[in-house]
Amino acid sequence: MAAAQVVRSEWTKIRSVASTVWTLSLAVVVTLALGMLISALSKNEFDKMNRKDQLSFDPTFISFAGMSLGQLAMIVFGVLVVSNEYSTGMIRTSLAAVPQRGTFLFSKIGVATGLSLVVGLATSFVAFFLGQAMLGEHRAHIGDTGVLRAVIGGGLYMTLIAMFSMGVAVMLRSPMLSLGILMPFFFLISNILGNVSATKKIGRYLPDQAGSKIMQVVTPIDDDTPYGPWGGLAIMVLWVAAAIAGGYVLLKKRDA
Amino acid sequence: MIELEGLTKRYGEKVAVNNLTFAVRPGIVTGFLGPNGAGKSTTMRMMLGLDRPTAGDVRIDGKHYDRLKDPLKYIGALLDAKAMHGGRSAFNHLLCLAQSNGIPRARVDEVLDTVGLTAVAKKKAKGFSLGMGQRLGIAGALLGDPRILMFDEPVNGLDPEGIHWIRNLMKSLAAQGRTVFVSSHLMSEMALTADHLVVIGQGRLLADTSMAEFIEQNSRSYVRIRSPQRERLLDVLHGAGITVVETGAGALEVDGGKPEHIGELAAQHQIVLHELSPQQASLEEAFMQLTAESVEYHAHADTPQEQQVWGDGWKGN
Repeated sequence: MAAAQVVRSEWTKIRSVASTVWTLSLAVVVTLALGMLISALSKNEFDKMNRKDQLSFDPTFISFAGMSLGQLAMIVFGVLVVSNEYSTGMIRTSLAAVPQRGTFLFSKIGVATGLSLVVGLATSFVAFFLGQAMLGEHRAHIGDTGVLRAVIGGGLYMTLIAMFSMGVAVMLRSPMLSLGILMPFFFLISNILGNVSATKKIGRYLPDQAGSKIMQVVTPIDDDTPYGPWGGLAIMVLWVAAAIAGGYVLLKKRDA
Repeated sequence: MIELEGLTKRYGEKVAVNNLTFAVRPGIVTGFLGPNGAGKSTTMRMMLGLDRPTAGDVRIDGKHYDRLKDPLKYIGALLDAKAMHGGRSAFNHLLCLAQSNGIPRARVDEVLDTVGLTAVAKKKAKGFSLGMGQRLGIAGALLGDPRILMFDEPVNGLDPEGIHWIRNLMKSLAAQGRTVFVSSHLMSEMALTADHLVVIGQGRLLADTSMAEFIEQNSRSYVRIRSPQRERLLDVLHGAGITVVETGAGALEVDGGKPEHIGELAAQHQIVLHELSPQQASLEEAFMQLTAESVEYHAHADTPQEQQVWGDGWKGN
C-alpha cells in the first residue's frame, strides 16, 4: 500500500466535509477578532498600568490573546477529523480499504496537521499584524528580537493543539467524550492549575501552558519558568507524541 | 477463494464464533445462513481484518487480509449500508475509497452508473433512503472490480424492486466467475440466490453443503390423508406395503407417496376420503429445525404452559 495513495484519500475526506471548513474558519475569525479587541483595549490601558506591568508589556503576546478561544475551535477540528470516522461507522469502511492501521492513522493525522499548520501560520501572522495595528505606539515589529520566532511559534502552537486533540480522539473514539474532556481542560482547568501558586509548578508542564511560552517575546519580571520558548514547545511536542502514540497502540489492537 | 481455519472469537466468556472451518469457492453464490446473533457479522468482520480472531485464521487467496496490496481490488464488501460519513457526497465517498487503493477516478463514475446513483452523485449520503445507501455501499464493494464480493444481509429493509436488483446482481457477479459470499437469516432468500450453503448457529458450523443437496435432504414431500374410515384405510395401506405415519389431528401422512396411487387404492376399497393432499415441507422449516437448538432468543408465544401467573416473576429469577 503506497502511503501516497492513502494521503490523497485522506485529503479527499477532509476537504469533502463541512465540519473542516466551519471549525477552521471559526478558529481564524475568533483568534483574529479577539486578538484585535484585546490589543485595542490594552493600548488604552497602558498608561494606567503600574511600572512593573509596563516593563512586562508584551505586544506580540497580546496580539495572540484570541488564541485562548481560537484554540477551542482547533480542538473541535482535531477531534472531529478523527471521531467522525467512529461516529458515522465510516471507520469500518476505511479500515477495510486500508488495513494497515499505522498507514491509515499517520496519513490522516499528517493531512490534518498539514492543513492546521497552513491555517495556523496564516492566522498567527495576520493576528500579529492586526494586533500591532491596534496597539499603535506600543507596537512590536516583526524584525524585533524574538518576534518572528513568536509569530511562527503561534502557528506551531495551534497546529500542536489540533494534533494533541487528534491523538486523544483516537484513544477515546467518541466525539462527545473527547470534546467533553478537552474543552474544559484547555479552557478552564489548565488555566487554573497554571495560575494558582500551589499548582503552578505542575501546571506549567501542561501542553498548552508550556507550548504558549513560544509566543512570548518579553519575559515577565518575576517569571521563574525553568524552560525557554523552544523548551516549552518541546514539552508540548512530547505531550502530542504521547497522545498519538497512545492512540496508535489502541487502534492497532482494538476491534474496529 | 476465502478459507477459514478454526476461526474463533470470544468476548469474555461468550463465544461468538466457535471453531469455524470452511471455504468459499469462486464462480458460485455461497449463502451464509444463520439466525440473528449466530455470529455471521462477526465472522465477516474477521474476514476483513476488522476484528481480530481469538484463535484460528482467515485467508483470502492464500493471504491474510492486511497483507493484501490494495485490498479493494481483491475483495469488495458491504457490511453496513450506514458505514459512511453522511455529510460527504456519494461521489466523494467513493473517490476517497478509490484513491486509497489506487483505483482510477473514472471507475467511480462507472460504479455509480452500475448501481443507478449517477443522478444523485453530488448529493450528501445522509439524505439517502435505505435502498440508496445500500446501493452506494454496493458501489463501494464493486469499486476495485474484485474477484471476491461479500454482502452482509444485503436485502434487509429493501423494497421488492431493490431485492430483485440485488438478487440479479449477485447472480451475474457469480456468473462472471467471481466468488460471492452473502449472509442472510432468511432461508427463502438464500433458496433463490445461493448455490452453496454454509449454515451456522451460535457460532458453530451446522451445515456446509450445496443448495441442491440441502433441498434434497430437507424438503420432505408427503401426502396427507383424512378419512372417517380411518382403521380400514390403515389396513388397506398396510396391505399395499405403504408406511403410514399417524399424526395428532387424526390425519395420516405417507412419506414420498403418490396421491393418485393412494386415491385409487381408497376407491377400490370404497373408502371415503375427506382429504388427500400432496404436501411439501418448506426449506424454512428445515432451516428452523437445523438451527432450533442454537437459536439465541426464543419467542415463547406458542408455549402457553410457560406463561406464568402475572406477578410470579417477582418471586424468583
